[in-house]
Amino acid sequence: MTQGSLLRQILEYENRHDPYPLYAELRKAPVRNEDDAYVVSTYREVLSLLHDPRVSSDARNLTQSAGIDLQGQQEEETTLPPSFIRLDPPEHDRLRRMTNTSFGPPHEPRRVHEMRGELGGIVSDLIAGIGSTDRIDLVEQFSYPFPVTVICRLLGVPREDESRFHGWADTLAASLDPMPGEDPTERNKVFQKARTELGMYLAGLIEERRKNPRQDMLSELSTLKGPDGSMTTMELLSTAALLLVAGHETTVNLITNGMLTLLRNPDVLERLREDPGLSVPIVEELLRFEPPVQLVPNRTTLADIGIAGVTIPKGASLWLVVAAGNRDPLRFEDPDRFDPDRKHNEHLGFGSGIHSCFGAPLAREEARIALSELARRLVNPRLLEDPPEYRRNAVLRGPRHLPIACDDIRP
Amino acid sequence: MPADGYLERLKREGRIVVVGASLAGLRAAETLRDEGFAGTLTMVGDEPYEPYDRPPLSKGVLLNRTTPDHTALPRRRALDADWRLGVAATGLDMAAKRVRLADGEELEYDRLLIATGVRARPWPHEREAELDGVFVLRTRDDATALQKRLTDGPRRVFVVGAGFTGSEIASACREREIAVTVAERGAAPLVGALGGVVGEVAAQLQRESGVDLRTGVMVTGLEGDSAGRVRTAHLSDGSSVEADVVVVSLGATRNTEWLTGSGLGAGPRGIACDAGCRAFDIRGIVTDDIFVAGDVARSPHPLFGYQFLSLEHWGNAVSQAETAAHNMLCKSVDRRPHMWVPAFWSSQFGVNIKSVGVPSMGTEILISQGSLAERRFVGVYGYQERVIGAVTFDQARWLPFYEHLIETTASFPPPFATVDRRPEGARPVPADFPDPSVPTHGPTVTLSGYSPADRRMTFTPGRH
Repeated sequence: MTQGSLLRQILEYENRHDPYPLYAELRKAPVRNEDDAYVVSTYREVLSLLHDPRVSSDARNLTQSAGIDLQGQQEEETTLPPSFIRLDPPEHDRLRRMTNTSFGPPHEPRRVHEMRGELGGIVSDLIAGIGSTDRIDLVEQFSYPFPVTVICRLLGVPREDESRFHGWADTLAASLDPMPGEDPTERNKVFQKARTELGMYLAGLIEERRKNPRQDMLSELSTLKGPDGSMTTMELLSTAALLLVAGHETTVNLITNGMLTLLRNPDVLERLREDPGLSVPIVEELLRFEPPVQLVPNRTTLADIGIAGVTIPKGASLWLVVAAGNRDPLRFEDPDRFDPDRKHNEHLGFGSGIHSCFGAPLAREEARIALSELARRLVNPRLLEDPPEYRRNAVLRGPRHLPIACDDIRP
Repeated sequence: MPADGYLERLKREGRIVVVGASLAGLRAAETLRDEGFAGTLTMVGDEPYEPYDRPPLSKGVLLNRTTPDHTALPRRRALDADWRLGVAATGLDMAAKRVRLADGEELEYDRLLIATGVRARPWPHEREAELDGVFVLRTRDDATALQKRLTDGPRRVFVVGAGFTGSEIASACREREIAVTVAERGAAPLVGALGGVVGEVAAQLQRESGVDLRTGVMVTGLEGDSAGRVRTAHLSDGSSVEADVVVVSLGATRNTEWLTGSGLGAGPRGIACDAGCRAFDIRGIVTDDIFVAGDVARSPHPLFGYQFLSLEHWGNAVSQAETAAHNMLCKSVDRRPHMWVPAFWSSQFGVNIKSVGVPSMGTEILISQGSLAERRFVGVYGYQERVIGAVTFDQARWLPFYEHLIETTASFPPPFATVDRRPEGARPVPADFPDPSVPTHGPTVTLSGYSPADRRMTFTPGRH
């Protein structure tokens, strides 16, 4: 195996269903230079770089050309400014803070808290609509429509437009996937079209909400006036697109990976069926065991950083493999075992530091409600394909379809 | 080996007494049970309440968001302990291994843990301190009384001392739109803990929030009306302030008086112990059956020149209690040192303030991220060309990085670029701590040993 091959193997589609042996191989050298990118795979080192103020999320600081195109340039070619996930302080802090005033946590978890009932209702409706139990595609029929509906309600997208959102979200999420060797032109075109359409749609909606504000996030963000000023329409568009993509695909995968893992561990599924409260540690363990975001490929060094015996030079492209860190045996005992009773489970599933997942409280709530309801209502559920077919994406990893069957659906 | 046999017996049927039923006492007791202690566990506390959490008392409670009876500390496990609440310990007989209680009872122990913490330093003039409307804030009862008075709608609250607690009280008052005056002997709020550069930011925050902040003044007296209610505070600059509530926030005193004459190395600065939490006696000899944890302990720390460090920090109480409990039950080679890096947080005037290390040891400060003007920044403290502490205003997520710099004795000023380094942070400036011989409000970190570089004694070998 050559030095440069591990990263490419991880990106190869044929390894998508089980990248964990490759991650184990990666961890043999906690920091390695592959294809002009520095790949970091051990828990301690990933965590420390996530808190390191010499690490930038702003693509403008990248000076070395990365051997694998991260498609980061696409964002800059559009007229939208980068969203806060691709910004450093103080711009990042300002936008994230303003977005937070409408979202709630940590000071008041009100919006997520208030949505609990609605989340339960959406889940209930989706399960009721499953129909035939001989062959259920859990992705298409459940875990895909659920979060996009939630995001739409959160932002204030009218229900009749929700299906158009599914399409845009799909295209935008696919663009985050690094694709070695592929000609980006065609993909770029599709991506640009989706981004433009979504942008125009949201711009119209924001205009409408500015005039007639409601209780939704778009209304609150577009009328916000605080110590940080207001969001420009462009900033608001970027933020809304970020919430849509980051809050959507990831949750789909969390729920799908969750059900897949539970069906592979029927004893845990049975425990969950008897005790919905167990969904709390189950979701945490899932975020460690099968994190929806497997790696963070878009960081750059502002200075030479010495770590684990390696000096990462200034301007380098940094890939933080959080999914590998989550299975680091130096941090987690028996890391390849799915164990909802695990203590001190401070996983990297939501990242850490200033870019730690903005939507974490919502994602946790969605996954808890979804998994405990599925466990309660599906009678004798079983996998029809294992492993299932995966999406292409190596960053936002999850099954494209999850065919399952069950004997009946409880009311 | 006989020692092993003793430990076995201790774990099975020994008697452990924990004096102090607050955060450190509770966490130590839980750790003892976690580590297999099956003997008799007695918890002694001078307050009538089960262990409760203090940080909410100066924040959520004063803001009326929670009530003092909702501050009970969560239990990590069942304790099966014999609780002696509302009874203070009054004495210790080290030779007989007995703790005397205020009700005359004596408790025998095989191992003793002292976690008696600190209490608020009262207003020094006794008659003035007894005026109606004069408060301190440390206990649940203090908080209940003060919260009630704030809800009655006082015309003005007068806070003596602008340390963390005093500033949090002032912040709560402003949030409730109560007029408040703060008097501070130093040049700025928080100056003892964080220095003048950061203190200036705290002063601006207070003034912009409508606090009538008086710095560089002492309170010379409190005056009451004929009914014994506090009415006026007199200041050293000749001015006076009319107030119907006065909160005295002058730091804390360690609860060690009950150990006077016991032969334990206890005094006004706390109880000296080794890095394994074993208390020293007055001869400087380490005991093997008396352990110390929490605010009342002072122990040497290698990161800070092996000076004796005592910390009034929540996290320190938890960590030191766990270490002490572990060490009480194990062989000497299995003992762990308590090497906690000091960490502290406060919430005031809408700002989340956190610090790690010992900023007050620093001589210089570098604003490594953000800006003082925006009140969002990371300040790094340097001492003899190494990083010794850090403080953040609304930037707490970066702190683990700076903690690592302190732990690895990284060089100061940090030579590297960071995200959001502004021109003002290009070079360090004097951190501007007050002369330690001038008392301000009590700092929450006290370094109380001699520096190893300090030679206080000359040893002259005998000549033959």
